[in-house]
Amino acid sequence: MSGLVDAIRAFSTNSSPLDFWLVFQNWGLFWTGLQNTLILLVVSLTVGGVIAVPLAIVRATRAPVLNPLAYGFIYLIRGTPLLVQLYIIYYGLGQFEAVRNSPAWMVLKDPWWCALIAFSISTSAYTAEIFRAAIVDTPRGEVEAAIAAGMSGGLAMRRIILPSAFRRALLAYGNEVIFNLQTTTLASTVTVIDVLGAARLLNNNYYLAAEGFLTAAVIYIAIVLIITRIFRALERRFFRHLQQS
Amino acid sequence: MIAYSPYLLEGLGVTIALSLCSILLSVALGLVAASARLSRSPWLQRLAVGYTTIARGIPDLVLMMLLYFGGQVLLNWLGALTGLWSYVVLNQFIAGVLAIGFIFGAYMSETFRGAYLSIPRGMIEAGISVGMTRTKLFSRIIWPQLVRYALPGFTNIWLTLMKSTALVSVIGLEDIVYSGSAAGRATRQPFDFMLVALFAYLALTILSDVGLRVLERRYTRGVVRGVGA
Repeated sequence: MSGLVDAIRAFSTNSSPLDFWLVFQNWGLFWTGLQNTLILLVVSLTVGGVIAVPLAIVRATRAPVLNPLAYGFIYLIRGTPLLVQLYIIYYGLGQFEAVRNSPAWMVLKDPWWCALIAFSISTSAYTAEIFRAAIVDTPRGEVEAAIAAGMSGGLAMRRIILPSAFRRALLAYGNEVIFNLQTTTLASTVTVIDVLGAARLLNNNYYLAAEGFLTAAVIYIAIVLIITRIFRALERRFFRHLQQS
Repeated sequence: MIAYSPYLLEGLGVTIALSLCSILLSVALGLVAASARLSRSPWLQRLAVGYTTIARGIPDLVLMMLLYFGGQVLLNWLGALTGLWSYVVLNQFIAGVLAIGFIFGAYMSETFRGAYLSIPRGMIEAGISVGMTRTKLFSRIIWPQLVRYALPGFTNIWLTLMKSTALVSVIGLEDIVYSGSAAGRATRQPFDFMLVALFAYLALTILSDVGLRVLERRYTRGVVRGVGA
């Protein structure tokens, strides 16, 4: 048995074009990276989603004063690269003494938190536009039924419009989740060890060219496939009433 | 700040050149992949599906690093194996164009496929029945409508692509982000210089937004809409 392991190891280090054994040996590094990636993804989606709902309502109802503000915020975030936004938060804010002396500096000097803040803001803008479109598309009849039943505006929004809009937003939101997973790789540019960060570390430590990145690519594709599966299951659940039997 | 403006402008030029080269590659790849997907051959179809799945699954930064660091080694290994070329250096610009073009080509192919399927069959049949050759059919009937149906998707892809080019600064290409952060470090004003980079991108976004909307109006000229006309 150990002879076989030795043979595989020897093949991996000496003859194979890719040293897969080394990747296997460093699985702990990738495990840390995977945890960071998934935590960043889930937390930023949650925070972003919570910010997105009021933004979307403001946009959809064209609330005076707030709507242009929300639109400006969304346009700014969606019209500029996340990398630049992240650099502004992580490298930029430290320029000001007031920031460095404030209690917020505890959070803002930490790259992990900066990445989380940047990702949350970014996904909130994209998600808000997805929700806005879904709210605007609410069938007129549903809104009229809510009014006829004597619901107030807020109650109708909470019980009728939002649940129905979330369902319509599901497909587009699934894409946003995948998109957000890919943008979490930017965390590695501010020294956070996510999956790509682990890959860069492995390549730097062993002076490798491809092994780490290929492993990272495989991991990311696997996560994308899992997310796709989850959303397909959700779709089946929420669109059951529309399926032909 | 003013002292650094030529350096920043140079970076902006790199960003624009990179975006244009990448979008050209992605349109080419998108057309090839869309026609493979629409072809009758099941192998070509499978190849195209595989390409879109992989390209949309790999994060752009991962692919870029894989191409830049891995591609270099692969090229030299191939060169040594075949003896055709000696040591070559893959530059960041080419790695960036390849990575971004490859990924956005997949999105482009979906847009083109959707657009092609939106062209009413009767028009293509009409073209065939008046005896048009394949090239004439393509240039007179398919292409103008393909552009019209694909333009909204193209606009979205272009806006996203332009922002993705910011990633090349991570592999060391001196685009606007790279020059902005370098200048920021040198002057200890990272916030100010990154803000300049941010607004440069915002300006590019607004310009393209307006420009492509004008183009869209041109290509939809003469279209009678059922809703909202």
